[in-house]
Amino acid sequence: MQALLPAQRETVRRQLTLLKSQPGPLIEILHAIQGELGFIPEGAVPLLAEELNLSRAEVHGVITFYHFFRRHPPGRHTVQVCRAESCQAMGGAALEAHAKARLGVDFHETSADGEVTLEPVFCLGNCSCSPAVMIDGELHGRVDAARFDALLADLKGGR
Amino acid sequence: MKVFVPRDAAALSLGAEAVARAISEYADAHNLRLTLVRNGTRGMTWLEPLVEVESARGRIAYGPVTPAEVPGLFAADFLRGGPHPLCQGLTEEIAYFKQQQRLTFARVGVVDPLSAADYVAHGGYAGLKQALTLTPAAIVQAVLDSGLRGRGGAAFPTGIKWKTVLDAPAPQKYVTCNADEGDSGTFADRMLMEGDPFCLIEGMTIAGIAVGATQGYIYLRAEYPHAYRTLKAALEDAYRGGFLGANLLDSGRRFDLEVRLGAGAYICGEETSMLESLEGRRGEVRVRPPLPAIKGLFGQPTIVNNVISLSSVPVILEKGAAYYRDFGVGKSRGTLPIQLAGNLKRGGLVERAFGVTLRELLYDYGGGSASGRPLRAVQVGGPLGAYIPASQFDTPVDYEALSAIGALLGHGGIVAFDDTVDMAQMARYAMEFCAEESCGKCTPCRIGSTRGVELMDRILQGEPGDANLDLVQELCETMLHGSLCGLGGMTPFPVQSAIKHFPEDFRGRTRQ
Repeated sequence: MQALLPAQRETVRRQLTLLKSQPGPLIEILHAIQGELGFIPEGAVPLLAEELNLSRAEVHGVITFYHFFRRHPPGRHTVQVCRAESCQAMGGAALEAHAKARLGVDFHETSADGEVTLEPVFCLGNCSCSPAVMIDGELHGRVDAARFDALLADLKGGR
Repeated sequence: MKVFVPRDAAALSLGAEAVARAISEYADAHNLRLTLVRNGTRGMTWLEPLVEVESARGRIAYGPVTPAEVPGLFAADFLRGGPHPLCQGLTEEIAYFKQQQRLTFARVGVVDPLSAADYVAHGGYAGLKQALTLTPAAIVQAVLDSGLRGRGGAAFPTGIKWKTVLDAPAPQKYVTCNADEGDSGTFADRMLMEGDPFCLIEGMTIAGIAVGATQGYIYLRAEYPHAYRTLKAALEDAYRGGFLGANLLDSGRRFDLEVRLGAGAYICGEETSMLESLEGRRGEVRVRPPLPAIKGLFGQPTIVNNVISLSSVPVILEKGAAYYRDFGVGKSRGTLPIQLAGNLKRGGLVERAFGVTLRELLYDYGGGSASGRPLRAVQVGGPLGAYIPASQFDTPVDYEALSAIGALLGHGGIVAFDDTVDMAQMARYAMEFCAEESCGKCTPCRIGSTRGVELMDRILQGEPGDANLDLVQELCETMLHGSLCGLGGMTPFPVQSAIKHFPEDFRGRTRQ
């Protein structure tokens, strides 16, 4: 297991101090850590387990249960493409294929230049404007291949 | 002069932020004084970004607006309702909107979602004030009498849940709101939380007063960052205004409320799984009994209600149980926010009394398919809902009528598909989704869904004979009867309905 970097350790400790007195705090703490670091480092597991009086297996079990938590650093940008039915009804499968080809990755992978991590998502709640994509927390509706490329170009342009 | 530009996520997804910016910049550059209000959406998503201006006759709508159109709107004097090709007339006279019966969504798109004062100015908190004059039993009775049933999908009478919690003695009780709206085709919860969060806050407060719970949690899915920000800000404003906390509205009553984020697990929309997640654990389903109303969050009596159920409570308390109950048909009382999604020309939210038919919704409101091709099927009620063929589009949307044709209403989302849909692919997807989202606790769901994907793959590849299809049917029966919760137990609905109504998509596929 890779040891935590000092800055990572500081983040984990600080969030524990802030949140551990809340009832059932583990998921809240994981959100806070990922919010700062972009992922949950493996080395955080024993620290969280000890401070919250849980087994390492329990902490690991929670992190791996939820799709949202990542155990590896993502690319600079995260692109989520909706795979659910409403988007499929509007050409979502073609958009998925386009996104993968365009970025040269499969779902859960990061493009070779480290810029973009592609993730599937099951419904973004934008079903009257399908297909939907979320990029770094910003929602986009009625996304076709051309619009997808334009959104990527915006990212590269530093917007 | 007030101008309204929605901050609802759907409107933002179509460029509302850039429109808002263009309007402010134009106004600043030309020394025009206007107040920009960032409201929720009116639910006519096909017109978003929908810009509204106030007039003596009511709000006037312009849409869909792009930033490039903004100078032209000013030139046409839209601030005074001037004519322009994008002008839709009075918002509330637009047929799509006018024919609705907005009870729960009465203020969505109207109020400033971040202002408790604006909520009160539009009649908000009348329900809570009424509740504070009643005994807990009388509040519960009002909810019972209204006929309100759980809008999350299970359709269990809300008042009965509340009565169970009220009657369970305990030092601490909880009110939890299930805002893990994961069903494809649904966005009513999100729209309400982003457009009128105080309505949910008020509903939860009434629930707390009714059953003697002093702590509430909103369990919100992580896919809704916009709703999260809105709720956080609204909760702060509610505390500031004395609508929450130790002595709310100077009543001597306490109710605290916070929002907790989920982490991308569909199963956490199942109530016991949601409670596990709120406690910080893996969202594995609990065996019932005990019911959450007896032994719920942290082992205490707990109300678990959906966003729309709780948000329907203020109007019931304000206007009375009979007022609400008088909408609807049979055992489906009140109104339902129906969400029109997928391949439709005019997607959006339609709040109507129960009883409107699928056909009216798909064609009169939805305008038919967006692609211009014939509609072939709709899926009602999310990924666990049945597929309904065009021959059954005259079915009214109510719990019993849908159940009678082997379908379910769920959370009221309708996803439309045109005739290019491959129903065998959709059946495969249902199994794949179940495999992806299964919590793993029970075998029929965990293993069955994976076997289901494999079988569907063989069917899709055109393996000859009906053996695979027979096996899928048998597997569906096992999942249906042997699963611990609705995920494994209802995944067969889309699969079996697809096979039943669209056998041609399954049989006789050519080998690939």
